[in-house]
Amino acid sequence: MLQIKDLHVSISGKEILKGINLNVKAGEVHAIMGPNGSGKSTLAAALAGREIFEITQGSVTYMGENLLDMNPENRARKGLFLGFQYPVEIPGVSIVNFMKTAINEHRKFKGLEPISASDFLKMMRDKKELVGLTTNLANRSVNEGFSGGEKKRNEIFQMAMLEPLLAILDETDSGLDIDALKTVANGVNMLRRTDNATIIITHYQRLLEYIVPDYVHVLYKGRIVKSSGKELALELEEKGYDWIKDEA
Amino acid sequence: MNETTSTGDIKKDLISLFRQNTGILESGSGQVLNRYREQAFHDFDRLGIPTTRTEAYRYTPLEKYLQGNYDVELNANPFEINLKQVFKCDIPEMDTHVVLVLNGFFYSLSQAEPLPAGVVVCGLNEASVKFPKLFHDHYARYADTSADGLVALNTLFAQDGVFIYVPADTLVYKPIQIINLSHSFKNLRITRRNLVVAEENSQVNIVMCDHTLCNQQYLTNSLTEVVTGKSAVVDYNRMQNENTQSIHINNLFVHQEEYSRFTGNSISLHGGLIRNNFYATLAGPYSETNLYGLFLCDDKQHVANYVLVNHAAPHCTSNQLFKGILDDNATGSFNGKILVQKDAQKTLAYQKNNNILLSSTARMNTKPHLEIYADDVKCSHGATVGQLDMDAMFYLRSRGIGEKEARHLLMYAFANDIVGKISIPILKDRIIELVDKRLRGELSRCNNCDIRCG
Repeated sequence: MLQIKDLHVSISGKEILKGINLNVKAGEVHAIMGPNGSGKSTLAAALAGREIFEITQGSVTYMGENLLDMNPENRARKGLFLGFQYPVEIPGVSIVNFMKTAINEHRKFKGLEPISASDFLKMMRDKKELVGLTTNLANRSVNEGFSGGEKKRNEIFQMAMLEPLLAILDETDSGLDIDALKTVANGVNMLRRTDNATIIITHYQRLLEYIVPDYVHVLYKGRIVKSSGKELALELEEKGYDWIKDEA
Repeated sequence: MNETTSTGDIKKDLISLFRQNTGILESGSGQVLNRYREQAFHDFDRLGIPTTRTEAYRYTPLEKYLQGNYDVELNANPFEINLKQVFKCDIPEMDTHVVLVLNGFFYSLSQAEPLPAGVVVCGLNEASVKFPKLFHDHYARYADTSADGLVALNTLFAQDGVFIYVPADTLVYKPIQIINLSHSFKNLRITRRNLVVAEENSQVNIVMCDHTLCNQQYLTNSLTEVVTGKSAVVDYNRMQNENTQSIHINNLFVHQEEYSRFTGNSISLHGGLIRNNFYATLAGPYSETNLYGLFLCDDKQHVANYVLVNHAAPHCTSNQLFKGILDDNATGSFNGKILVQKDAQKTLAYQKNNNILLSSTARMNTKPHLEIYADDVKCSHGATVGQLDMDAMFYLRSRGIGEKEARHLLMYAFANDIVGKISIPILKDRIIELVDKRLRGELSRCNNCDIRCG
C-alpha cells in the first residue's frame, strides 16, 4: 500500500527527515514512536502533503502511484487520512457543512452524485455513535471551543466519515484521559479492515495497549533506528529512549 | 437638467453650479431645507472637497475619483417609463413597505399593509413643508456642515430623499425598504438627503439598498440623519450594490437618547468607490450602538469606512465590527474612533476591524483609535490585515476539499460574522447567497434586475 524509500524532508533549509524507509501493507497497523523532535509529525505532515515541508530526496509510492505528485486534496480523495496532533479551529465553518463538503468532494472524485440530506444526517448519527462523540455538532464550528478530548474524538469521527484506506494518526492519544483514550482506540479498532492500514504516531506506549500494532518503529533524529514487533513498545515504556539513543 | 462644465477645480465648479441655480433649487424646496444653504455654502467654500491631507480622508483619494463631467438634476424628472416595471426587488417574500427613490428624488411608496396610525413615510421635501416643527427640531441638527466639506455640499444641494417618522409607542412591524435607484443617459451627480425620526419607545427596521440601473457614472452624495428617541429601537440594514464606475459617498448621523438602541449593518458588495461615514452620538445614558460592516472588493474598487462613536453620556455601550476581503488591485480603509467624553463613565466600547488580502497588490489601511476622557470605562480596539489562515486551508484540503472550495469556505466563514447579524431572516438568507456568489466571482446583481451592472 505505502512504500517510503530514502525520504529526506526539510523545512526552511533544515533537514528533519534523513532517509526514511517504511513499507505498510493493507491490514497492518504500524506504530511510530520516538522522543520529541525526532521528526514524527514531520513525517505525518509530509505524507499528507503539507507544502511547507520540502521533499529533497527519496520517493513515496501509495497504491502504486507517486504520492509526492499529488496535492493534499487528491491524497485525501484517494484514501489517505491524517489525524492531526493539533486539530485546527475554524470559526464560522460549521462541522456539518465541512463534512458534507468533504464527503461530496470524495463522491465527486469517484463519479458519484452528491449525498442526499437524509443519508448524510443518518451517516453523521451512525459515525458519531461509533466513535462515542457525544458533542452536539449542530451549529458548531469546526473544533471551535472544543476541549482537547473533543478535538481528538472529532478527528476519529472525521476518519469514520471518510473511511480512509490509510490513516495516519499523529499523537491522537496526547492529552486524552483514559476513558477518551479507550473510545478513540475503540473507534480505530472498529474501522479496521483487511483492506486498510493505520500508522499510529505516538510518544507513549499507552495507546498501544488498546490498538495492538503489528510493527513498532523507533524514529530518532530523522531516521528509523529500530523496527520490531509489538514487544518493542513495552521495552521502550520500561527503559525510555536512552538505550536507543546509545544504540543509534 | 444642467450640465457642469468642468474646469478641473471641483470646488469652483460646484460653487458656480450653486450660484447659477440657487433660484431653481430654492423655489423647488421647502423653507427649512433652504434655511441651511447659506451656512452650508460658507462651510463648503471654506472646506472644499476633503483631500488626503484631511486626516479622516487620508486613505481615500477623493480628488482622483471626483474629476469628470456630471449632469445634475435640479428637479424631479418625470420619468417616461414605469420604474416599478423596470425594477423589481428580487426578495418579494421579504414583504416590506417599499420606497423607490430615483436619482435622489422620492418616487413612490407601496405599503405592504397600512402603516400604523401616525407613521409617515414620504419624500423629504414634501415632509419639510408638512411638518415644519419636526424639521425645525431635527433637520441638519446632527449633520454638522462645519466639519466636513461633503456634509456641507450635501446640505447645500439637498432637495429630496426620504422622510420617515414613527410616533411614540409605535411599532412598525414590517421593514421599510428604501431602494435608491440611479437611472440616466448621461453621467449624473446625485444628492440625496434622508431624515428618520423614531420617537420615544418606538421601533422601526429600515432596509436601504442602492442600485444602478444604467452603466453610466454616478456620483452620489447621500446623507441620512437618524434620531432615536428615548427607548426607541432602530435597525438599519444597508446594501450597496452599484456599478463599478459609481462613486458613492454616504454619511450617516445617528443621535441617540437614553435607553435607545441603534444597529447598523452595511454590506458593500459592489461599487467603484464607496465611502461610508458613520457618526453615532450616544447622547442619553444606557443607550447602545452597534455598527457592523462587510465589504468585498476586487478589481480597482475602493471601499472606505469611517466611524466616529461619540460617548457623551454614562452607562452606554457601543460595538463596532468591520470586515473586509480585498482582491486584485482593490484598496480599502477603515478609520474608526471611539470618543469617550469626560462624564461618560461606565462606558463599554469595543471596536474591531479584520481584513483579508487575497492578492499581493490589494491594499488595506486601518486605523482604529480611542480617545478617552473618562476614567471608569472599558474599551478595546484592534485591527488585523492578513491572508487566509494557511493551517485552516491545509486542514480542509487534507479532508479532500479542493483548494478553491477551501478558500471559499474560509472567506465565507469570515464574512458570515457580519452577515449573520442581519436581523431580518429572509434578507439574511438573500445576502448570504449574494455574498456567496460574490466570493465565487459570480455577478452579485439581483436576479430579477435586467441591467447587468458591474
